[in-house]
Amino acid sequence: MTELHSRTGVWHTLTSPLVHQNPVILQILGICSALAVTTSMATALTMSAALTVVLTLAAGLVSIIRGHIPETIRLIVQIVIVASLVIVIDQILQAFFAELSRALSVYVGLITTNCLVLGRTEAFARHNPPLPAMIDAFGNGLGYSLVLIVIGSLRELLGRGELLGFAVLPLADAGGWFTPLSLMLLAPSAFFLLGLLVWAVRTILIEQSEPEEHAPPPRQEVTR
Amino acid sequence: MEERSLNPWRRLLALPNESRFKTVVMAFLVSAICGALVSGATVLLRPIQAANRAAEEAARIAALVRGIPGMASLLETTGGALSTVVVDLNRGRAAQTVTPATLDAALADPANWLVLDPAQDLAGLGQRPDFVQIFLLRDEDARLSLVLLPVSGQGYGGQIDAILALGSDLNTVAGLAVTSQSETPGLGGRIEETAWQEGFAGTQMRDPSGTVRFRVAQGAAGGPYEVDGITGATRTGRGVTGMMRFWLGPDGYGPLLEAMARGEF
Repeated sequence: MTELHSRTGVWHTLTSPLVHQNPVILQILGICSALAVTTSMATALTMSAALTVVLTLAAGLVSIIRGHIPETIRLIVQIVIVASLVIVIDQILQAFFAELSRALSVYVGLITTNCLVLGRTEAFARHNPPLPAMIDAFGNGLGYSLVLIVIGSLRELLGRGELLGFAVLPLADAGGWFTPLSLMLLAPSAFFLLGLLVWAVRTILIEQSEPEEHAPPPRQEVTR
Repeated sequence: MEERSLNPWRRLLALPNESRFKTVVMAFLVSAICGALVSGATVLLRPIQAANRAAEEAARIAALVRGIPGMASLLETTGGALSTVVVDLNRGRAAQTVTPATLDAALADPANWLVLDPAQDLAGLGQRPDFVQIFLLRDEDARLSLVLLPVSGQGYGGQIDAILALGSDLNTVAGLAVTSQSETPGLGGRIEETAWQEGFAGTQMRDPSGTVRFRVAQGAAGGPYEVDGITGATRTGRGVTGMMRFWLGPDGYGPLLEAMARGEF
């Protein structure tokens, strides 16, 4: 019975960040990089993998030493661990995936400052044993990846008519019917798509809508 | 033995987390381990990264040459190879003692660098090497048909490295390839795009009196000495302008190009 219970617990920890507790859609964390690297599927996938690896390892490491992190320097310790992992991953990308690393430019380095990573180590890994912490981190990484992949595929499809570099929609230039929307390759379209995605999810899962107390204080000209 | 060596460690872990000693030791340990991790990864992976960069630069030079009209056929008739030579910028001719193999060693010596004063330093480099490796392509009669000159200069986000290809008149640009840059992605970073680099082909660098007139325009190019500017990347454009003016001027390849024009190559 406990076996079953722990297994559903693990499953829940892993899957709830995908939609129900999605770090990007619900908590609006880590959107800077989510918007910047989604011009194509390839960069979105690489960034997702890099962030998931960094997040999982960082959560594991923080969780291992969680009993011995002095309260006064806990944020510094966590950031140092995350930053070191990010540099290592960046070096590995530069060595073995030079092309993708150039496409991602500064954004791999900026994983360090991704609120999502520090959010998970601070809120979860610091209070839980390594295995659940890493499962939670992995689930959150997958949740982030899911959003990146959805936005990245839409942008690449509508902006270039391609998916992962393969032509999907026949372009008007080459005699097809599809005219690429070059807006999709620019930063604002990522905001539009993310906004629409958040709207769609919150319309379906009504419990994700933020309660009233988060609304701004009423103003005369706004309230009708 | 084992027990005794473990003891201080156990005592440390048993200390309350708020103790000042434990805070300092934890800070030190975390930094030391993370430092070792980062240095290890950097040192282990550097040879692979250097090889990547070298391969990429070679590929860009090859792509640059291939992209210039008529060059592919010329390469075939001349045996398909660029020749390379190290030039001495102070004397404006081929270096006597330095070869491509010994170039790195020569440039490790500060005596082989020229410190630039602010008035000279149009590219914002601070100093300039005396020896540079350039690439030449000759036609059947051994006349120069293409000269590839590495150039570099300060952009907005860091140094921009590029290779400029000049045609046989040593003034008309045949092409440009940016080999490394750290400009803002989406703005100055667009100097990597071939669409922008293609604008260089056919541009004139100097006017008939020999003054470097080239510049990156603010907006669309006007006249034979300009290429299109990139919106939102004024300082990158200014950096590219300064870079070209410096390297084609008297402190850069100017003397060398004059020597080439006199037929000394």
